Amino acid sequence: MTAVRLPMSGARVFFVGGVMSYRALFSWQSPTFYIPTMLAHPAFQILFFAYLGRFSHVRNDAFYVVGNAVQVSAMAGVFGVAMTIGGERWTQTLAPLLATPANRMALFLGRALPQIANGFVVSAFGFLVGRLLLNFDPPLSSLPRLALIVLVSTAACTGFGLVVGAFGLRLRDVFIFSNPAYFLMLLFCGVNVPLSALPHWMQIVGSGMPLTHGIAAAREVAAGASLSSVSTLVWKEALIGACYFLAAYLLLRLFEAEGRRRASLELV
Amino acid sequence: MHVARLIAITWWFQLKQSTKAGIFVFTAIIEPLIFATLAYYLFKAGKQPGTLLYAALSAGLMGIWSATLFGAGGAINYQRWQGVLEPLIAAPPPYLLVLFPQTLAASTIGVYSLTSTLLWGRAVFGIPLHFVHPVAFLLAVAVTIVALGVLGLVLGSSFILYREANALSNMLEFPVWIVTGAIVPLSLLPGWVHYLSWGLAPTWGYRAIRAGALGGNPWPGIGWALALAAVYLLIGEAILRVFERRAREKATLSLV
Repeated sequence: MTAVRLPMSGARVFFVGGVMSYRALFSWQSPTFYIPTMLAHPAFQILFFAYLGRFSHVRNDAFYVVGNAVQVSAMAGVFGVAMTIGGERWTQTLAPLLATPANRMALFLGRALPQIANGFVVSAFGFLVGRLLLNFDPPLSSLPRLALIVLVSTAACTGFGLVVGAFGLRLRDVFIFSNPAYFLMLLFCGVNVPLSALPHWMQIVGSGMPLTHGIAAAREVAAGASLSSVSTLVWKEALIGACYFLAAYLLLRLFEAEGRRRASLELV
Repeated sequence: MHVARLIAITWWFQLKQSTKAGIFVFTAIIEPLIFATLAYYLFKAGKQPGTLLYAALSAGLMGIWSATLFGAGGAINYQRWQGVLEPLIAAPPPYLLVLFPQTLAASTIGVYSLTSTLLWGRAVFGIPLHFVHPVAFLLAVAVTIVALGVLGLVLGSSFILYREANALSNMLEFPVWIVTGAIVPLSLLPGWVHYLSWGLAPTWGYRAIRAGALGGNPWPGIGWALALAAVYLLIGEAILRVFERRAREKATLSLV
């Protein structure tokens, strides 16, 4: 009986728990929060860097639209996930949650799933802004390929967000990690500065971060390349994402154990 | 005398409190350094080495706005969360004299941004810090900080009825960087944007700071920033009076 119920229970924790944790980000349900933060902020970010790009004469609008439209998925992938886990501490539900015998993989990965969908929506809106307001006009046929790459990139970014969120179990203020993480992606992932223009050590760091390969693939596809020609980049992005999910799981277990030992899970 | 003492003590208290918060350290120091680095490599890739001091300076100016926005925009909400908004409004001094030094402290935090990006540019990228008009530069920085503090008062006052003030703060960071020409010259923006720019004190303050550092006449910028600050003060006072009244009537002051 138990053997049959366990997988079902894990699936329930993954799907239902994930959706409920997203709904528990109460302010995110409100248009007065969602529109300024998740739609307007990314739109202005894209415009800002597109104009900065025009001023610096480094690349054209398409370079900045694609780079930033993919990167803004981190609004959900990094901030959303970090807030989901950090929010458990603020609402004092972290200790009861970790007192349950729920499958930890399902518990935490379930919290990432709605943010992947959310990140995809934010990213798609970013592309729309670029199409309507800037010189960005990808071929219609490239859109399905672009969507697939954005989905893979958003998922990888959410794995990175889980790593950041894991520090929400260790630190009282998860934003100390999530804010720099978001903005460092602008610098290291080739979002606004071509990787070739960065010092070698920054290129190495960038190549190990999520979004870097996804953005490179998206730029090529938006310029008309086929999916097969960028498959290596997409697989690298997926592999890096998987590594972050694994690292996040290990960190979450580590910090959970440490939180119990130090009795720090309820500190706010 | 009492007013000056109240403003000075509240400003100093808020300044000390802010520098101890992780989010302010990030907003005032780390984020500007990230943008300074990004701008440096971007301009270098664009083969415009003459603009490297411009990049460091611009990142600092962006940081001043971020510090003002998040500090001033969130000032009333912080008081809400701490449960002191009602007592502060009920206290004898006008609430304007409590809120203004707090928003001024928020913009003062921006001095950290400017200092850190300039020192970062010098230490890490070897950017020479040669200011054409050093005295005018310092005066322009001081005037810009005051003007932004008063603009913060208008923002903070507007947010008194809005519990999601952080969301508005999140939204307003990039557009004001764009519209005030913090790093991208206004000449690159559509013509209609210029009308918005001229009504914003940071536009003139940034012009004055750049003129003090890189050359040009800083005095018109200083004058316009001061004039707009005076206008903002009147607007902020009026908005605060109306919104405070409405919040009392709707009993929303202590809602979090």
